[in-house]
Amino acid sequence: MENKVEYQKKPAQTPVEMERTRNRKVFVPKVDIIETGDAMVMYADMPGIDEKSVEVTLEKNVLTVTGTVTPQEFSGRSIAYAEYDVGDYERTFTISDEVDRERIEAIVKDGVLKLTLHKAPQAEMKKITVRTE
Amino acid sequence: MFGPVMWRFGGRMDPLHEMLRLQREMNRVFAGLEQPLNPEVPPVNAWVGESDIIVTAELPGMDPKKMDISVVGDTLTVSGAREADLLKEGESYHRQERNRGRFTRSLQLPFHVEAGKVEAKYERGILRITLPRAEADKPKKISVSS
Repeated sequence: MENKVEYQKKPAQTPVEMERTRNRKVFVPKVDIIETGDAMVMYADMPGIDEKSVEVTLEKNVLTVTGTVTPQEFSGRSIAYAEYDVGDYERTFTISDEVDRERIEAIVKDGVLKLTLHKAPQAEMKKITVRTE
Repeated sequence: MFGPVMWRFGGRMDPLHEMLRLQREMNRVFAGLEQPLNPEVPPVNAWVGESDIIVTAELPGMDPKKMDISVVGDTLTVSGAREADLLKEGESYHRQERNRGRFTRSLQLPFHVEAGKVEAKYERGILRITLPRAEADKPKKISVSS
Protein backbone atom coordinates (compact mmCIF):
# COMPACT_ATOMS: atom_id res chain seq x y z
CA MET A 1 0.00 0.00 0.00
CA GLU A 2 2.89 2.36 0.73
CA ASN A 3 4.31 2.31 -2.77
CA LYS A 4 1.08 3.02 -4.55
CA VAL A 5 1.72 4.14 -8.09
CA GLU A 6 -0.26 7.14 -9.25
CA TYR A 7 -0.68 7.54 -12.99
CA GLN A 8 -3.17 10.36 -12.82
CA LYS A 9 -1.77 13.81 -13.26
CA LYS A 10 -2.03 16.06 -10.26
CA PRO A 11 -3.98 19.27 -10.71
CA ALA A 12 -2.05 22.42 -9.97
CA GLN A 13 -3.06 24.81 -7.30
CA THR A 14 -4.00 28.31 -8.27
CA PRO A 15 -1.94 30.35 -7.85
CA VAL A 16 0.72 27.80 -8.66
CA GLU A 17 2.57 26.92 -5.50
CA MET A 18 6.26 27.70 -5.54
CA GLU A 19 8.25 24.55 -4.88
CA ARG A 20 11.84 24.12 -3.96
CA THR A 21 14.24 21.72 -5.55
CA ARG A 22 15.79 20.86 -2.21
CA ASN A 23 13.78 18.66 0.04
CA ARG A 24 14.39 20.43 3.31
CA LYS A 25 12.29 22.28 5.80
CA VAL A 26 11.96 25.99 5.30
CA PHE A 27 11.35 28.42 8.10
CA VAL A 28 10.15 31.98 8.10
CA PRO A 29 12.68 34.12 9.92
CA LYS A 30 11.38 36.51 12.54
CA VAL A 31 12.04 40.09 11.58
CA ASP A 32 12.06 43.53 13.07
CA ILE A 33 11.55 46.40 10.67
CA ILE A 34 12.43 49.85 11.89
CA GLU A 35 11.80 53.00 9.93
CA THR A 36 14.36 55.66 10.48
CA GLY A 37 14.44 59.11 8.98
CA ASP A 38 16.18 58.13 5.75
CA ALA A 39 16.07 54.33 5.68
CA MET A 40 14.22 51.15 6.53
CA VAL A 41 16.27 48.79 8.65
CA MET A 42 15.35 45.15 8.77
CA TYR A 43 16.77 42.63 11.22
CA ALA A 44 16.08 38.95 10.50
CA ASP A 45 16.90 36.17 12.94
CA MET A 46 18.42 33.35 10.92
CA PRO A 47 20.60 31.24 13.21
CA GLY A 48 23.02 29.03 11.32
CA ILE A 49 23.69 31.34 8.40
CA ASP A 50 26.81 33.26 7.54
CA GLU A 51 27.60 35.84 4.88
CA LYS A 52 28.16 33.11 2.28
CA SER A 53 24.93 31.22 2.81
CA VAL A 54 22.51 34.11 2.78
CA GLU A 55 21.07 35.62 -0.37
CA VAL A 56 19.11 38.80 -0.78
CA THR A 57 17.44 39.47 -4.11
CA LEU A 58 15.32 42.31 -5.33
CA GLU A 59 13.17 41.78 -8.35
CA LYS A 60 10.86 44.60 -9.27
CA ASN A 61 9.49 45.43 -5.85
CA VAL A 62 9.79 41.97 -4.30
CA LEU A 63 12.58 41.57 -1.81
CA THR A 64 13.46 37.96 -1.03
CA VAL A 65 15.72 36.82 1.76
CA THR A 66 17.00 33.26 1.56
CA GLY A 67 19.32 31.52 3.96
CA THR A 68 20.76 28.07 3.43
CA VAL A 69 21.67 26.16 6.54
CA THR A 70 23.76 23.02 6.55
CA PRO A 71 22.63 20.90 9.47
CA GLN A 72 25.39 20.23 11.93
CA GLU A 73 26.51 16.69 12.36
CA PHE A 74 28.67 15.53 15.21
CA SER A 75 30.51 12.33 14.38
CA GLY A 76 30.31 9.59 16.94
CA ARG A 77 27.25 11.10 18.57
CA SER A 78 23.62 10.62 17.86
CA ILE A 79 20.81 13.02 18.43
CA ALA A 80 19.13 12.07 21.66
CA TYR A 81 16.84 14.98 22.22
CA ALA A 82 15.53 17.47 19.70
CA GLU A 83 13.35 20.46 20.41
CA TYR A 84 14.06 22.45 17.30
CA ASP A 85 14.44 21.60 13.67
CA VAL A 86 17.13 22.83 11.33
CA GLY A 87 16.26 24.08 7.89
CA ASP A 88 16.56 26.88 5.43
CA TYR A 89 15.02 30.31 5.73
CA GLU A 90 12.96 32.21 3.26
CA ARG A 91 10.82 35.28 3.44
CA THR A 92 9.51 37.69 0.87
CA PHE A 93 8.49 41.30 1.28
CA THR A 94 6.94 43.79 -1.05
CA ILE A 95 8.76 47.06 -0.82
CA SER A 96 7.55 50.42 -1.90
CA ASP A 97 9.01 52.44 -4.74
CA GLU A 98 10.60 54.87 -2.36
CA VAL A 99 13.49 52.51 -1.69
CA ASP A 100 16.70 53.29 -3.49
CA ARG A 101 17.46 50.04 -5.33
CA GLU A 102 21.15 50.81 -5.74
CA ARG A 103 21.82 51.32 -2.07
CA ILE A 104 20.75 48.22 -0.17
CA GLU A 105 23.23 47.09 2.44
CA ALA A 106 23.27 43.65 3.98
CA ILE A 107 25.36 42.64 7.01
CA VAL A 108 25.36 39.30 8.79
CA LYS A 109 26.47 38.95 12.39
CA ASP A 110 25.81 36.13 14.84
CA GLY A 111 23.00 34.67 12.77
CA VAL A 112 21.23 37.98 12.33
CA LEU A 113 20.86 39.58 8.91
CA LYS A 114 20.68 43.35 8.93
CA LEU A 115 19.33 44.97 5.81
CA THR A 116 19.40 48.68 5.33
CA LEU A 117 17.11 49.95 2.62
CA HIS A 118 17.84 53.60 1.99
CA LYS A 119 15.03 55.77 0.82
CA ALA A 120 15.39 57.37 -2.58
CA PRO A 121 16.13 61.08 -2.29
CA GLN A 122 13.05 62.22 -4.16
CA ALA A 123 10.85 60.05 -1.98
CA GLU A 124 12.18 61.40 1.26
CA MET A 125 9.89 64.35 1.23
CA LYS A 126 6.71 64.38 -0.73
CA LYS A 127 3.86 66.40 0.56
CA ILE A 128 0.52 66.66 -1.09
CA THR A 129 -1.28 69.88 -0.56
CA VAL A 130 -4.92 69.58 0.19
CA ARG A 131 -7.22 72.29 -0.91
CA THR A 132 -10.91 72.91 -0.83
CA GLU A 133 -13.06 73.33 -3.86
CA MET B 1 -22.69 -8.25 42.88
CA PHE B 2 -25.09 -5.97 41.05
CA GLY B 3 -26.06 -4.19 44.19
CA PRO B 4 -23.90 -1.08 44.08
CA VAL B 5 -24.34 -0.69 40.31
CA MET B 6 -28.07 -0.88 40.59
CA TRP B 7 -27.94 1.70 43.28
CA ARG B 8 -25.78 4.00 41.20
CA PHE B 9 -27.92 3.80 38.11
CA GLY B 10 -31.22 3.72 39.81
CA GLY B 11 -30.57 6.27 42.48
CA ARG B 12 -29.16 9.39 40.93
CA MET B 13 -27.90 8.92 37.45
CA ASP B 14 -27.00 12.15 35.77
CA PRO B 15 -25.79 11.46 32.22
CA LEU B 16 -24.03 14.79 31.86
CA HIS B 17 -22.26 14.33 35.13
CA GLU B 18 -21.19 10.85 34.10
CA MET B 19 -19.89 12.11 30.77
CA LEU B 20 -17.87 14.83 32.42
CA ARG B 21 -16.49 12.35 34.90
CA LEU B 22 -15.49 10.05 32.05
CA GLN B 23 -13.85 12.94 30.23
CA ARG B 24 -11.89 13.84 33.34
CA GLU B 25 -10.79 10.26 33.77
CA MET B 26 -9.65 10.06 30.15
CA ASN B 27 -7.78 13.33 30.43
CA ARG B 28 -6.06 12.07 33.51
CA VAL B 29 -5.06 8.83 31.80
CA PHE B 30 -3.69 10.53 28.70
CA ALA B 31 -2.10 13.50 30.44
CA GLY B 32 1.66 13.35 30.33
CA LEU B 33 1.78 11.46 27.07
CA GLU B 34 2.53 14.62 25.21
CA GLN B 35 4.50 17.31 26.85
CA PRO B 36 4.14 20.52 24.92
CA LEU B 37 7.29 22.59 24.75
CA ASN B 38 7.30 25.71 26.80
CA PRO B 39 7.43 28.43 24.15
CA GLU B 40 9.03 30.87 26.54
CA VAL B 41 12.40 29.15 26.74
CA PRO B 42 14.83 28.64 23.86
CA PRO B 43 14.66 25.11 22.45
CA VAL B 44 17.75 22.93 22.62
CA ASN B 45 19.00 19.87 20.81
CA ALA B 46 21.25 17.32 22.49
CA TRP B 47 23.70 14.95 20.85
CA VAL B 48 24.91 12.14 23.04
CA GLY B 49 28.13 10.24 22.44
CA GLU B 50 29.98 7.71 24.51
CA SER B 51 32.20 10.18 26.27
CA ASP B 52 30.40 13.48 25.96
CA ILE B 53 27.18 15.30 25.18
CA ILE B 54 26.77 18.28 22.89
CA VAL B 55 23.93 20.69 23.52
CA THR B 56 23.05 23.24 20.86
CA ALA B 57 20.65 26.15 20.98
CA GLU B 58 19.69 28.73 18.39
CA LEU B 59 20.26 32.10 20.01
CA PRO B 60 20.80 34.65 17.26
CA GLY B 61 22.18 38.09 17.92
CA MET B 62 23.37 37.48 21.45
CA ASP B 63 26.34 38.92 23.23
CA PRO B 64 28.44 35.89 24.25
CA LYS B 65 29.76 37.81 27.23
CA LYS B 66 26.29 38.16 28.62
CA MET B 67 25.55 34.46 28.43
CA ASP B 68 25.88 32.50 31.61
CA ILE B 69 26.44 28.75 31.50
CA SER B 70 26.67 26.66 34.64
CA VAL B 71 26.69 22.97 35.45
CA VAL B 72 25.62 21.61 38.80
CA GLY B 73 25.69 17.83 39.07
CA ASP B 74 23.86 16.66 35.99
CA THR B 75 21.91 19.86 35.36
CA LEU B 76 23.00 22.37 32.75
CA THR B 77 21.67 25.90 33.03
CA VAL B 78 22.03 28.50 30.31
CA SER B 79 20.84 32.02 30.82
CA GLY B 80 21.26 35.25 28.97
CA ALA B 81 19.54 38.30 27.68
CA ARG B 82 19.03 40.07 24.44
CA GLU B 83 18.60 43.75 24.76
CA ALA B 84 15.85 45.47 22.86
CA ASP B 85 17.02 47.87 20.17
CA LEU B 86 16.65 51.34 21.52
CA LEU B 87 14.88 53.51 19.04
CA LYS B 88 16.19 56.97 18.43
CA GLU B 89 14.10 60.03 17.97
CA GLY B 90 11.94 59.75 14.86
CA GLU B 91 12.31 55.99 14.48
CA SER B 92 9.40 53.62 14.66
CA TYR B 93 8.72 49.91 14.42
CA HIS B 94 6.83 48.55 11.45
CA ARG B 95 7.23 45.01 12.66
CA GLN B 96 8.59 43.66 15.89
CA GLU B 97 8.70 39.89 15.89
CA ARG B 98 12.11 38.98 17.25
CA ASN B 99 12.45 37.68 20.78
CA ARG B 100 14.07 39.82 23.39
CA GLY B 101 14.56 39.88 27.08
CA ARG B 102 15.98 37.47 29.61
CA PHE B 103 15.82 33.72 29.35
CA THR B 104 16.93 30.82 31.48
CA ARG B 105 17.00 27.26 30.29
CA SER B 106 17.81 24.22 32.38
CA LEU B 107 18.36 20.77 31.04
CA GLN B 108 18.90 17.56 32.91
CA LEU B 109 21.71 15.57 31.34
CA PRO B 110 21.75 11.79 31.14
CA PHE B 111 24.98 11.61 33.15
CA HIS B 112 27.25 13.66 35.39
CA VAL B 113 29.75 15.82 33.56
CA GLU B 114 33.27 17.10 34.20
CA ALA B 115 32.26 20.65 35.07
CA GLY B 116 35.80 21.99 34.65
CA LYS B 117 36.11 20.76 31.07
CA VAL B 118 32.85 22.11 29.68
CA GLU B 119 33.40 24.09 26.51
CA ALA B 120 31.02 26.57 24.97
CA LYS B 121 31.27 28.06 21.52
CA TYR B 122 29.06 30.67 19.92
CA GLU B 123 29.08 31.09 16.18
CA ARG B 124 26.53 32.02 13.51
CA GLY B 125 23.97 32.55 16.23
CA ILE B 126 24.19 28.99 17.50
CA LEU B 127 25.47 28.19 20.95
CA ARG B 128 27.24 24.85 21.23
CA ILE B 129 28.17 23.41 24.60
CA THR B 130 30.34 20.33 24.81
CA LEU B 131 30.10 18.54 28.14
CA PRO B 132 32.51 15.65 28.73
CA ARG B 133 31.23 12.79 30.77
CA ALA B 134 32.68 12.54 34.28
CA GLU B 135 35.36 9.86 34.64
CA ALA B 136 33.56 8.40 37.63
CA ASP B 137 30.36 8.17 35.66
CA LYS B 138 31.76 6.39 32.63
CA PRO B 139 30.61 2.85 32.11
CA LYS B 140 33.03 0.31 33.54
CA LYS B 141 33.79 -2.82 31.64
CA ILE B 142 33.49 -5.80 33.87
CA SER B 143 35.44 -8.80 32.84
CA VAL B 144 33.85 -12.12 33.44
CA SER B 145 36.14 -14.75 34.86
CA SER B 146 35.37 -18.35 34.57
